[in-house]
Amino acid sequence: MGETTKVGSTAGSRVTDGLRAYLLIAGMWIRAGMTYRTSFVVTVFGNLLLSGLDFVGILLMFSQVDSLGGWTLPEVAFLYGLSVTAFGITDLLLGSSEVLGTRIRDGSFDTLLVRPVPVLAQVAADQFPLRRFGRVIQGALVLGWALFAVDVDWTAPKALLVPVMLVSGAVIFGAIFVAGAAFQFLAQDAAQVQNAFTYGGTTLLQYPPTLFGKDLVRGVTFVLPLAFVNWLPASYVLGRPYPLDLPTWVTYLSPLAAGVCCALAGVLWRTGLRSYRSTGS
Amino acid sequence: MADGVTDGVTGVGAGGVTGGFIELDRVEKVFDVRKKTGFLRRERHQVRAVDSISFSVARGEMVGYIGPNGAGKSTTIKMLTGILTPSGGRLRVAGIDPSRERTRLAHRIGVVFGQRTTLWWDLPLIDSYKLMHRMYRIPDGRYRENLDRLVELLDLGALLDVPVRQLSLGQRMRGDIAAALLHDPEVLYLDEPTIGLDVVSKANVREFLREVNTERGTTVLLTTHDLQDIEQLCSRVMVIDHGRMMYDGPLTGLHEIGDSERTLVVDLERELPPIEVESARVVKVEGPRQWLAFPASASAAPLVARIAAEYPLVDLSVREPDIEAVISRMYAEKATS
Amino acid sequence: MGAGRLYAAVAVGSFRRYATYRVATAAGVFTNTVFGLILVYTYLALWDERPDLGGYDQAQAVTYVWLGQALFAALALQGGGFEVELMERIRTGEIAVDLYRPADLQLWWLASDLGRMLFQLAGRGVIPFVFGALFFPMALPGDFGTWAAFLVALLLAAVVSFGIRYLAALSVFWLMDARGVMQALMVTGIFCSGMTLPLNAFPDALGDVVQALPWAAQLQVPADVLMGETAPLGAFAFQAAWAVALLAAGRLLQSAATRRVVVQGG
Repeated sequence: MGETTKVGSTAGSRVTDGLRAYLLIAGMWIRAGMTYRTSFVVTVFGNLLLSGLDFVGILLMFSQVDSLGGWTLPEVAFLYGLSVTAFGITDLLLGSSEVLGTRIRDGSFDTLLVRPVPVLAQVAADQFPLRRFGRVIQGALVLGWALFAVDVDWTAPKALLVPVMLVSGAVIFGAIFVAGAAFQFLAQDAAQVQNAFTYGGTTLLQYPPTLFGKDLVRGVTFVLPLAFVNWLPASYVLGRPYPLDLPTWVTYLSPLAAGVCCALAGVLWRTGLRSYRSTGS
Repeated sequence: MADGVTDGVTGVGAGGVTGGFIELDRVEKVFDVRKKTGFLRRERHQVRAVDSISFSVARGEMVGYIGPNGAGKSTTIKMLTGILTPSGGRLRVAGIDPSRERTRLAHRIGVVFGQRTTLWWDLPLIDSYKLMHRMYRIPDGRYRENLDRLVELLDLGALLDVPVRQLSLGQRMRGDIAAALLHDPEVLYLDEPTIGLDVVSKANVREFLREVNTERGTTVLLTTHDLQDIEQLCSRVMVIDHGRMMYDGPLTGLHEIGDSERTLVVDLERELPPIEVESARVVKVEGPRQWLAFPASASAAPLVARIAAEYPLVDLSVREPDIEAVISRMYAEKATS
Repeated sequence: MGAGRLYAAVAVGSFRRYATYRVATAAGVFTNTVFGLILVYTYLALWDERPDLGGYDQAQAVTYVWLGQALFAALALQGGGFEVELMERIRTGEIAVDLYRPADLQLWWLASDLGRMLFQLAGRGVIPFVFGALFFPMALPGDFGTWAAFLVALLLAAVVSFGIRYLAALSVFWLMDARGVMQALMVTGIFCSGMTLPLNAFPDALGDVVQALPWAAQLQVPADVLMGETAPLGAFAFQAAWAVALLAAGRLLQSAATRRVVVQGG
């Protein structure tokens, strides 16, 4: 065992190694969570309810108005469903990386570093919260309803954009989670900053882009490309004008944006880990 | 002065870094520390946690690594496991640079972090081992064989199905040691393996470590505060303080320098001037209680008899030297030599 | 007199403890500001469509948003104050020790939570509020009297907030599941305090119900007092009534819990 070649494992096998370790560790946490069965059931239900509150808020607003920033309820529900489902998937898979700060502070992070599997996989799977599955279900339900309710002539490219948005969106959120985790090497108590971008991001994307100031829209389009999660492609699908004047082909760039985010997050993570290993925190 | 004591630059035991299983050559670790000095002002300064340490450990050796808190012990261990990257010098474990090939090295080392368990708190002990089996990709046959042997040696049979949170400290430590050995590591690092354990558990753990060392030829490096761990397990001791190697050699050498005195604590009926006897000297007086140091080689009996004859004795006890005492004695020797 | 000093010391100690989490506080300020920004744009759009929604104009809606962000941590609107610690003590059984202390359990935790609130109001609340006031039109009173009334309403809101969370924490004596209780606190807190939408903007019957519940005393009432939307005395009476009722209920539950501990531990 451990008979890897001198060159070290290739990038590909590192990814498979990481995924394998992730599944092993997540499985352990699921089983550990199941030892408190009632608590588990209660919290899954609680999560479903909790994440549904945002949508109740939107319904309350639409009980008073017919459109928000020119968008109807089914259209806002479409945005909401995409944002929450994509975020929910990531929050389920990587959401507990905020415990990294605690692990660094109490020193238990060191125990992850002596294992023969990638640290990022261990951090991502840490405390794997199956209860957060509630949010995915809730987001998917709203999205399902919105897909029927919106007034759209579905063409093949438009239909294809829906899964593309979900996957790219989850990856973009994932990159933010990883970058946030990397930031915790610098400041262990700053997990809240990460929340501003993750939970803040998914909340922002639940509302039409037309509501927000041009500068903010520019910021989340060109700097932190949250707009590629749903705003840009969804505007195209729904035939709504996007606040910024962009060519149509930009609509299809979500996977590219996701890829760039991933690469940047990877660099940040490596930098963070290196700084830990040279300072010991 | 005893020949084991070094000037803090090179260890005599290291004797030129050649062919060791663990090799350190002038390894350094410097930390940047920022201290608040005012409302917003911070002062930066550097701390040398490990200051040019060199030593070499041969395959199958069992070495004690001791020193006061903050001496640089755990920083060294962290560099040896690849958790920390050295600021300078050269470091190899089994020919691998730990900080550069941490994951590859992980297959070949086992680590037990004293009071920090790596076992799964809410799950039965066996589940943690099953995870190790798959995470380290231990071949099935090898895993079963190792598990059986470890369960037998560490007496874990009845504990395998018990959730870890219900185990006692001693049981958990045994569980942790087994977890660190399932993948046949060539070297085992132990950080305070007997801390907080009762006498029986301590003896069990020591007995087991000796067996692993002789039976499998596992190289063992252990840090401890318990001099008895060292006495019963290690033929070689390294003492580190302020990041520098103070001593590297056989335990007997350390005894010559530091362990030369035991302490007799006497309670008198009332406060009296320091006791005067030839074979011992008073090192501390606190009310009616006095501490006397006497040579470790001498018997306490004649000393006690003499004091009892001349002073109003109420109670007494003899204290064996601990590591801190040995080290502080060592300094005194160094200063006068 | 001596007892008063004890609780003052508890409050000061709690204030100091929270004051040590500097980075976490700064991070919290940032998060509250971001959420304030998102919410403020949504409300602006909403009030664009319905200019007089809930009796607020746009500036008042904006003020409501930033007040909500300012009080979010201090009033622990979605939990996260003393109750986390208290629930943990109940769950682990350490609470038995507290019950034999010569101090009153309820007053002890109230003092501790007020100390925390004071710090989080100053440390986490002020900056997002000032940020909002600088960049968005707000409806703030110019006279000293209204601000003084607002502070009274804030104090009463603090006691109501404590009262709700104290009851929730004590329920762990029977439920033994802190996580579920915390989630319930979160759901009710966010929804019924008016963090998603001001309670006066809720549709008719639902609006009447939520405005009568104790959660209304936390954010809605102080906001209305600040913006002169309600008569201060009536507002105080509403808050005080809930504060007294909740504290009394807390007492009752506390003595029942004490009996339970004594019986179990006896």
